[in-house]
Amino acid sequence: MDRRTFLALPSIALASEPEGQFVSEAKFYEKLPNKKIKCKLCPRECVVDDRERGYCGVRENRGGTYYTLVHSRVAAANVDPIEKKPFFHVLPGALAFSVATAGCNVNCKMCQNWDISQVRPEQVHATYLPPAQLPAMAQRYRCAAVAYTYSEPVVFWEYMFDASAAARAAGLKSIVITGGYIQQDPLRRLAERVDAIKVDLKAFSTKFYKEVVNGELKPVLDALAAMRGLGMWTEIVYLVIPTLNDGDAEFTGLARWIKTNLGQDVPVHFTRFHPEYLLKNLPPTPVPTLERAKAIADAEGLHFVYIGNVPGHPAENTWCPKCKRKVVERTGFTIGAVDVQKGKCRFCRQPIPGVWGT
Amino acid sequence: MAALSRRRVLQAWLGSAPGLYGGPPNSTVAIARDPQVRSSQARLATLLDRAVQAVYGSDSAEAAWKRVARPGEVVGLKVNCLAGRGASTSVALVEAVCERLQQAGIAAKDIVIWDRLNVDLESAGFRPSSRSGRIRTLGNDELGYGGDLAVYGSVGSLMAKTLTHLCDCVINLPVLKDHGIVGVSMALKNLFGAVHNPNKYHLNVGDPYVADVFMLPPIRQKVRLHICDALTAQYEGGPSYMPQWSWPANAVLASLDPVALDYTGWQILEQKRAEKGMPPLKAVKREPGYIATAAGAGHGIGTCDPKRITRLEV
Repeated sequence: MDRRTFLALPSIALASEPEGQFVSEAKFYEKLPNKKIKCKLCPRECVVDDRERGYCGVRENRGGTYYTLVHSRVAAANVDPIEKKPFFHVLPGALAFSVATAGCNVNCKMCQNWDISQVRPEQVHATYLPPAQLPAMAQRYRCAAVAYTYSEPVVFWEYMFDASAAARAAGLKSIVITGGYIQQDPLRRLAERVDAIKVDLKAFSTKFYKEVVNGELKPVLDALAAMRGLGMWTEIVYLVIPTLNDGDAEFTGLARWIKTNLGQDVPVHFTRFHPEYLLKNLPPTPVPTLERAKAIADAEGLHFVYIGNVPGHPAENTWCPKCKRKVVERTGFTIGAVDVQKGKCRFCRQPIPGVWGT
Repeated sequence: MAALSRRRVLQAWLGSAPGLYGGPPNSTVAIARDPQVRSSQARLATLLDRAVQAVYGSDSAEAAWKRVARPGEVVGLKVNCLAGRGASTSVALVEAVCERLQQAGIAAKDIVIWDRLNVDLESAGFRPSSRSGRIRTLGNDELGYGGDLAVYGSVGSLMAKTLTHLCDCVINLPVLKDHGIVGVSMALKNLFGAVHNPNKYHLNVGDPYVADVFMLPPIRQKVRLHICDALTAQYEGGPSYMPQWSWPANAVLASLDPVALDYTGWQILEQKRAEKGMPPLKAVKREPGYIATAAGAGHGIGTCDPKRITRLEV
């Protein structure tokens, strides 16, 4: 899709809706004495009193039963190029009908979508878009996939799970853009219905996760390993933030961990940071820093290392790891030649892993 | 209104004067008790007067109330209603505060009772109303939150417009109670109700989040007085109401210093826990370290040094 076509896509009007239709019992929690509950959706395992909510702000204990407040409660809906997610090995040039609810289970200081991720559902404009209606909406806009994105899909797990079944029945892919802060059981269930998952690995440092993300690194690494074990197509984005997660040792550690635990073929996107939310005091990432990260990851043997948020950079393209020819050409969100045929390089027949659709 | 001994009030007030002797300021926490307080609204009002008069060191309760706010100012009463009836700020106490404010010259239309949600207010027995010319009772869901992030330390929040746009000053009316995550919930914690994202601030037993939220400019600038409802207090199982762990303390605590008030209230709860054979909060990993953080460098909200807290039983 060219830029003119992309800019001409309609935005979708949202309207406020009554509350009750968004509320359904949560799938993953334990009941505790005195009407308390323990959430088992994410590693945080919030213990929530009656009438209180978990850290995500979108799940509430009502009399000892835990509810999601965001089933079908869509706070953002857009038609995006799949490259914007970014997925570089999934249906190049396709459109993704992208939805999000309010809420997130971490609180990253660099969040670009904090106005929906860091608010409660009642604090943001939303519309009722049940799973049954989602495929038709996606198809109306010629989308090949439904993307669960923008905020944190883990916190709207029930909606994503139901919607991905409806999408699959309609012949659409389901793709997830997540921080990967999820317990193993809900992840395994999700893998039954989801075609691809992109994980924002925020850093390769426990300190960063504690101080900047308000979360933990290890459960994310565990989830990544599980995703590969479950056969989910996985890509990784690493937002490079000046002074906070841009050291050579961190890049090296990250690349080695990926190679050892996930394999050389997992795409890694080093993307450029722009000052947002609570990190407005830092400058955008210098492009040479991203190139340094890529060089380190390349040297460690990763096959598909990209640079993101730098439109026109050669490292946006996909290069065959064997014959070194360009097999997918990209400029920003615009796709040029695609020389992947049936999952292989058109020039040397080297397998190029991904979800190619042809 | 009942009068206190002038000498006791003067002693307490001198002790509270910030920087009077060159060192860190002392703080007064007044604790007014009356076992018969539930017998009439008049007794409750009298109890309240004793606490407020002691805090301001005034000659009379009337004079003390006139120091809280000036006629023409809009006074917010930040109640705590999440737990519904039983462990929320009592309607009777708030009615007594409203009565005294009006006697001090504050017009009814300039009094705003507020908390996070209308449904919370209703569950505690308040009747949300925004009718002009009368006392208003508003959840933050009425006016919503501003669009600009207020930032301090670990927190970044949107502020309730009730606080930023409507109120000139605030009387903070928390409840003396236990909190299952952050240890205790009193004056400092009650201001979580002024931000859009309190669910983000319960990590690490609330430290430093509780102190950081209190530093957000609209809160720090507008909250003038803290009156803690200890008519019924709760030493375990909070913030929800758990009658098996509540007791009729029949008291009101008041202070200009939320840190001193929280420290004092925390000690009361610890004493009750010990009486009931329960472990101290530290032993159950719920020691409210945010109180010391609020007193420390970088915050300086008040004092939690018992040597600098004048605990005045009135």
